[in-house]
Amino acid sequence: MSLTTTTTESGTTPARAGRTGGEPPSTERAAPKPHASGRGRARPLADVALSAVGACALVGVAVTVWLGLWVTPPDRFMGNLVRLLYIHPSIAWVMYICYGVAFLSSLAFLWPRTRSLRFDKLAGASSEVGVVFTGLTLVTGSIWGRPTWGTWWTWDPLLTTTALLFVLYLGYLTVRRIPGEPEVCARRSAIAALVAFVDVPICYFSVLWWRSLHQAPSIADPVTGKTYIHGSMAWTLLLSFVSFTLVYVWLVARRYRLFVLAEREDDEGLAQALAERRAESSQVRA
Amino acid sequence: MVLAVRLREAVSLADRFPLLAGVTLDVAEGEVVHLRGPNGAGKSSLLRLCAGLAAVTSGTAVVLGHDLCVDRQSLRREVGLLGHSSFLYEDLSVERNVVFAVRAARADVAGVDAALDRLGLVGRLRTTLVGNLSAGQRRRAALAVVVARAARLWLLDEPHAGLDAEGRTLVDDLVRDASRRGTTVLLASHELDRAADLADRTVAVVGGRVVVGELPGERRGAATGAAAPAGPAGGVRAADAEGVGCDVA
Amino acid sequence: MWRDALLVAGKDLRIEARSKVAIGQVVPFALVVVLLFGLALGPAVGRGSVLSQAAPGLFWVAVLLATVLAVQRSFAIEALDGASDGLRLSGLDPAGIFVGKAAALGSQLLVLEVVLTGAVALLYDRHLAGGLLLAGSCVAATAGLVAVGTIYGVVSSGARQRETLLPLLFFPMVAPILLAATKSWDAALAGTPGRGIGWLDVLAVFAVAYLAMGTVAFGPLLEDA
Repeated sequence: MSLTTTTTESGTTPARAGRTGGEPPSTERAAPKPHASGRGRARPLADVALSAVGACALVGVAVTVWLGLWVTPPDRFMGNLVRLLYIHPSIAWVMYICYGVAFLSSLAFLWPRTRSLRFDKLAGASSEVGVVFTGLTLVTGSIWGRPTWGTWWTWDPLLTTTALLFVLYLGYLTVRRIPGEPEVCARRSAIAALVAFVDVPICYFSVLWWRSLHQAPSIADPVTGKTYIHGSMAWTLLLSFVSFTLVYVWLVARRYRLFVLAEREDDEGLAQALAERRAESSQVRA
Repeated sequence: MVLAVRLREAVSLADRFPLLAGVTLDVAEGEVVHLRGPNGAGKSSLLRLCAGLAAVTSGTAVVLGHDLCVDRQSLRREVGLLGHSSFLYEDLSVERNVVFAVRAARADVAGVDAALDRLGLVGRLRTTLVGNLSAGQRRRAALAVVVARAARLWLLDEPHAGLDAEGRTLVDDLVRDASRRGTTVLLASHELDRAADLADRTVAVVGGRVVVGELPGERRGAATGAAAPAGPAGGVRAADAEGVGCDVA
Repeated sequence: MWRDALLVAGKDLRIEARSKVAIGQVVPFALVVVLLFGLALGPAVGRGSVLSQAAPGLFWVAVLLATVLAVQRSFAIEALDGASDGLRLSGLDPAGIFVGKAAALGSQLLVLEVVLTGAVALLYDRHLAGGLLLAGSCVAATAGLVAVGTIYGVVSSGARQRETLLPLLFFPMVAPILLAATKSWDAALAGTPGRGIGWLDVLAVFAVAYLAMGTVAFGPLLEDA
């Protein structure tokens, strides 16, 4: 009496078979679908790969830090401040990936042909990581900005939009937490993500224009700041980008896995609840 | 025989709790069916499902020709649900509430006066704000909405509750009249004798399922449970409206 | 859809006429906010003072705060007994419900804005000028505000923490409206409406985008609430 839903990772095939028109007698419902079946072999491989990614990421970041703090020389103009430039752009870059992935996943979920709860989980994982990285972007940017511009904050279009993005996605995460059935939550969250996403370019251009009215847009954006990048600096920067991207992949994959496990737990809880509920009725069958 | 309601192993969840754990039920057009069962059995959930409010997680559900796995919304105009809450606006008068509900259902506004008269909501009561009414009067107003909308399917959840003796007789009359006109009525009630008198048959709901069994006090008609023939699967194909497949039992 | 929108807008406005919550509570609230700003930034008024120069921005912040209240009220009337089934059960076209609710909210907000304009002109000592731009930006900004408000209103009405969720969702989204409307008013009041036209465009784009999105998204969001 298992409940065959399309939500489980291994359970998408029955629904697809049904959707193409032929009506297979639902013998699939006779036996509960063992979740681990078929994936038993695949799982260790994915795990190993993920651990490898994690290890590389860790090593990469460590090396970046070492290079950045000790090996590379101080910049001619910025002095030691340039060292922040080894992590800030990478963090910002990861932030963009996070939101891009979250946006695309939400779109994919809402698109009928690619509707799958996998995309919802991906969007959730990616945006959680994204919020963290946005916070880091703001902090590192601010630290860099203080000695450079003299203030902790300036109403630069990028900074302001980033700050708004931070709060927007905090709101999105809160919407994700509203209780409900997985499909219902997923749909609601996906729509919320799209609604929020459309706001981002509007924010950016409004603030850009706003700033340009008041002074020449010559605030050095940390990402495109004027530095001579060559030699050891270039390599460090490259390593930094790669390492942080690996960190992103590792974090999202782990978070995704957590979602899957939670869903599995939910499904088992549901199966049990169904059994108990049906037991109520069978007590009547004299 | 045209089926107004056709359910096969319908499952409905709320927050991962199975309100309905596989309901199989056939209701012919014009029939009056009494749903009985203990508290928490799922009678209200079943009515909500038939109103198109609850999502069908798996199984088949076809109500008034609408496949609920595909589209739950277009059904709602043809259905009248009398629930525990009255779905009325506190700050509007009874008349305005009924007119609004009728217009929303694209029904004929001319029926409003007749419905209000029938329910005994005349004179001062018509223009009283719903917020100022007593519970019994609200029930009457909610009933007036169901009557005025001229729905093809009535889903009444404890219609006698909160009404005085006159009101209860009124409900019985309304149900009989509706049935005569060809309206299908599903009513859930703990007033076993009254409801059994009204109904063509009685169906027992326990633990989210319709059961076959000798429940005491059941007077006539076979309780259709799993005995209902599982029809051929064709005709009820579920597209992924909510991202969930409705599998056929 | 339009028929349903008219029906819903009429219903909302009629309820407002009876209960007088917008007039009786939201408008006074906005006036209090204006007063509080005065306390925070005053007491100097007139040319060159902080309060007078900030007047457009303060006006729009007050409007934003009031919008949240109005939206909460708009959805509170639907959720009697904790059951927002009524709207779904009615059989109304969801897009129509969206437009109707937004329209009703918009009308209430426009009335509020008229009152607030007077208050701000008086209390912050600004001469009103560039009326057309002022009015135009009010309309465009309000359209955007109610679109976003209605979308998030239905999302938060289904949540148990609805009172705090709505502001969290709403304010970051409408930051561009605040910015553009303030700039537009700045230009109008300074007597150089030409500079404000661009901002009016921003407001219009925002409003159109979100009204369109709302008509499409409201249906699924209402179902899931």
